[in-house]
Amino acid sequence: MKSKDTHYEHAEHEHAGHREHHEHHDHAAQRVPSDPALQVLALESLLVDKGLVDPQALDALVESYEHKIGPHNGAKVVARAWTDPAYKARLLADATSAIAEFGFGGLQGEHMLAVENTSAVHNLVVCTLCSCYPYPVLGLPPVWYKSAAYRSRAVIDPRGVLREFGLQLPEETQIRVWDSTAELRYLVVPQRPHGTEAMTEEQLASLVTRDAMIGVAIVRPPQPGEPP
Amino acid sequence: MNGVHDMGGMHGMGPLLPERDEPVFHHRWEARAYALVRAMGAFGRWNIDASRHQRELIPAAEQLRMSYYERWLAGLTKLLLQHGFITAAELASGKAAPGEAKLTPALPAASVPGFIARGSPASRESSRTPRFGAGQRVRARNLNPIGHTRLPRYVRGKSGVIARVHGVFVFPDTNAHFRGESPQHLYSVRFEARELWGEGSAATDAVYVDLWEDYLDAA
Repeated sequence: MKSKDTHYEHAEHEHAGHREHHEHHDHAAQRVPSDPALQVLALESLLVDKGLVDPQALDALVESYEHKIGPHNGAKVVARAWTDPAYKARLLADATSAIAEFGFGGLQGEHMLAVENTSAVHNLVVCTLCSCYPYPVLGLPPVWYKSAAYRSRAVIDPRGVLREFGLQLPEETQIRVWDSTAELRYLVVPQRPHGTEAMTEEQLASLVTRDAMIGVAIVRPPQPGEPP
Repeated sequence: MNGVHDMGGMHGMGPLLPERDEPVFHHRWEARAYALVRAMGAFGRWNIDASRHQRELIPAAEQLRMSYYERWLAGLTKLLLQHGFITAAELASGKAAPGEAKLTPALPAASVPGFIARGSPASRESSRTPRFGAGQRVRARNLNPIGHTRLPRYVRGKSGVIARVHGVFVFPDTNAHFRGESPQHLYSVRFEARELWGEGSAATDAVYVDLWEDYLDAA
């Protein structure tokens, strides 16, 4: 059997030093894996060789998450909730069904809950135990969401986390942190910004960001000079 | 298990470094690793809880040092070996053992859209009556199982209020170890920030955690 010593051998891994891999603070003292790019290539070729994996299925999976499923889905849901009170009521009562009205659902969004930000309440979503995230509406999670820094701090210091994201909330705002410990996935419905009364649903959707639907940001009104 | 993956409330994990215009995958190998996990998961030989537990079992220092998809790759490789999809010799050589019949993929390309659209619901039909109701005060049990659990350390022994009854769901603590789904009621429990972290926290703030019936006592 291939031992862990060969699996995680001493080697410089290809992306050490890349900014996004900020979880790595101590490279020198740790064993690092042999090049993961080569490992994946070898594993894929073995599994294809054995007939266990269809490489075109891998292409289709990657294509889905790189180009089809992403925060633009969630933005549509939020914009509809802002413009259609009956839809918003359905979304808050049964998010899975309301989101399915757009054809969004399935993998890692089988059971959805929508939580609404108001002038009194701000919601923030985390998964302290792993990386649970509502794929059908937000796509795959960003690196910071999966990072030890965010997972450890969001529950104990949500205000500090929000400040680091540039969001200073009033003291009286109630913060609700949702730790995704089960198969429920959370979508934050941000507050509709002022000055957007004349905007169409589609224009509104273009304002809604991924970070606002996780709860680390609010939706800003369009800036002067920006196209609506 | 009281592993390093159970991070809620820890200090010293470094700064938050959000990346502007972050790509979905930073490297091609990450995309392939992600897709391999899904394609092999489609055989249904393990479940999401077993898959998570494999990643938790990576020794703590390595877990913290590895990137996200390195952990996924390590977990998948372990599962493939354990469930007999590949042998250590094949993994070392990168080639299928000679003379073996070619198998059939569980997830052909044509099935990918349906696979994503269906997902894998964790709720189960049940006539069980929930033990707790919304508004009821509960206390998270002080459990320290050596195996998989979704009861985070930071709520153990703490009291909260049932915010919502979600219905009956597969229980990860048994499912991860292939000891059955033990479906039971799942609840959203509201814990006041001060109950969890003391007087230094804002009195206005709270953490909602989804907890199964076996994690809770009436308080």
